Amino acid sequence: MPDSHSADAESQLPPDSVGLVTPRVAHFDAPLELACGKTLPAYDLVYETYGTLNAAGSNAVLVCHALSGHHHAAGYHHADDRKPGWWNAYIGPGKPVDTRHFFVVSVNNLGGCHGSTGPLSHNPATGRQWGPDFPVVTVSDWVHSQARLADRLGIERFAAVIGGSLGGMQVLQWSMEYPRRIGRGAVIAATPRLSAQNIAFNEVARQAIRSDPDFHDGWYAEHDAVPRRGLKLARMVGHITYLSEDAMGSKFGRDLRSDDLHFGFGVEFQVESYLRYQGDTFSSSFDANTYLLMTKALDYFDPAAEYDGKLALAQALAPAQCPFLVLSFSSDWRFPPSRSRELVDALIHADKPVSYANIDSPFGHDAFLLPDARYQAIFGAFMQRALPEATAIPEEPTS
Amino acid sequence: MMRADLNIIHDWVPPNAHVLDLACGDGVLLDTLARHKSVTGYGLEIDPDGITGCVARGVSVIEHDLDDGLASFRDHSYDQVIMTQALQALRRPDRMLHEMLRVADEGIITFPNFAYWRHRIYLGVRGYMPVSRSLPHAWYDTPNIHLSTFNDFERLCRDQGLVIVDRAVGVGNHRGHWTSRLWPNLFGEIAIFRVRRRS
Repeated sequence: MPDSHSADAESQLPPDSVGLVTPRVAHFDAPLELACGKTLPAYDLVYETYGTLNAAGSNAVLVCHALSGHHHAAGYHHADDRKPGWWNAYIGPGKPVDTRHFFVVSVNNLGGCHGSTGPLSHNPATGRQWGPDFPVVTVSDWVHSQARLADRLGIERFAAVIGGSLGGMQVLQWSMEYPRRIGRGAVIAATPRLSAQNIAFNEVARQAIRSDPDFHDGWYAEHDAVPRRGLKLARMVGHITYLSEDAMGSKFGRDLRSDDLHFGFGVEFQVESYLRYQGDTFSSSFDANTYLLMTKALDYFDPAAEYDGKLALAQALAPAQCPFLVLSFSSDWRFPPSRSRELVDALIHADKPVSYANIDSPFGHDAFLLPDARYQAIFGAFMQRALPEATAIPEEPTS
Repeated sequence: MMRADLNIIHDWVPPNAHVLDLACGDGVLLDTLARHKSVTGYGLEIDPDGITGCVARGVSVIEHDLDDGLASFRDHSYDQVIMTQALQALRRPDRMLHEMLRVADEGIITFPNFAYWRHRIYLGVRGYMPVSRSLPHAWYDTPNIHLSTFNDFERLCRDQGLVIVDRAVGVGNHRGHWTSRLWPNLFGEIAIFRVRRRS
């Protein structure tokens, strides 16, 4: 009796999770013009939804993912999954993004490697895999493709668009490009543009991949190869920037894997073992060309670039109409609090409603994914105000 | 019901004003001003619960340490800057006063009056640092590092070339009655000032 078996299994999932979820695919035949000047003739977007869209279509929330993220933001694909979706701590019944009230849409972005059209997909023009020929996509391209998915799902306006890191950049882009289609935006652990140091780390990651002999200029699939070493190095470098010095120190310190030093170059310190493990896991589950594309999208994002002077970012944000919540984390040195504050100051200069909090956390950039009482409270309070009923009923004036 | 000083401030803020509320707490003042007087603006706060409270009310709040100054706010970008019960906790109240009137044309400031008669008895007769409704902390754990009086503040305004537009007193949850209006430095528990730059 497979049905009752799976029902049993589902009942064992945490009650505050969205339970078992199944990704869906939306196919689009209308060509999508990209910022790079190229056009995607047709494409697929893989997405998941949690909760129920109300009749008015007014309770939808769009979740935008980060560099190595995907559509699986919450719940479980199988009852025996070791881990839930990447933002499971924040999406679910009773959680800040409360799926009892919201209809949550989570998309795998174009260029990704989890089912949406990307380098692993078939290129109809050449008959081979897209591979390195897949056009360099930008945050703006993603937002346009997400808007088309919203059209398809009958969502005229998202009650909120939310995301962390690169996902936060998509939220900003939404507010500027589709100001009428976003009710509020949560920009978490993000930055209005990458610093030279951020780009430098991305370039090290790209060089690690591109200099792997198995990379074959991006045509590794046709050579039955995987640039695993390059991808592993890229992830190791990236991972260092996701953690804080303190988090690494308290997790590993100078602990050794065995009692003695070996005076060699094998794995001796626990932190080495951890990084190698992270790199290995990632290199067997992520596509190298996608990693290159995602880092480029990060590097290119700079809405202020079209304007001059100190108020350039404020000018770029002028079209935005929604209230923003900007959150940073005290130990994040990849996109440190000062970068969020830069965004907040620009929003203030542009007279936009914005709230900002710097969450005290030892976990570095990764903190945006981890449960934290203060983060949950303020994010939840912000999302509460996005509930259709919260905005429809005027509050009683106090006297 | 709001604190007495907040009620007085409410009367002093004109409709549609663009204001900055320094140390805005859970946003009750800005929320009330927004709903009754269509006031816009931002609160600055450092307490996590206060910040979450503001977000829950829909008040725009920025986590910000006032001791870092107001450098990110432009000259004359607000009609009023309000600071309730925070002046005495700042490292340099004089610099903050100057900053407030750089960012806005008018400042509204409230603080506990150290020369209030109960405080005088505490110190002058009993010989202890005052502990009261408006100064609830012990000397060793108080955030209030720059206590002052009506007279002190008026002197600071004079030194900075500021004009005192309005002055009010709060006693407990009420506006002060005639004794405190006549002798605020003795009978006023909370000092409430509205100041402008001399134009």
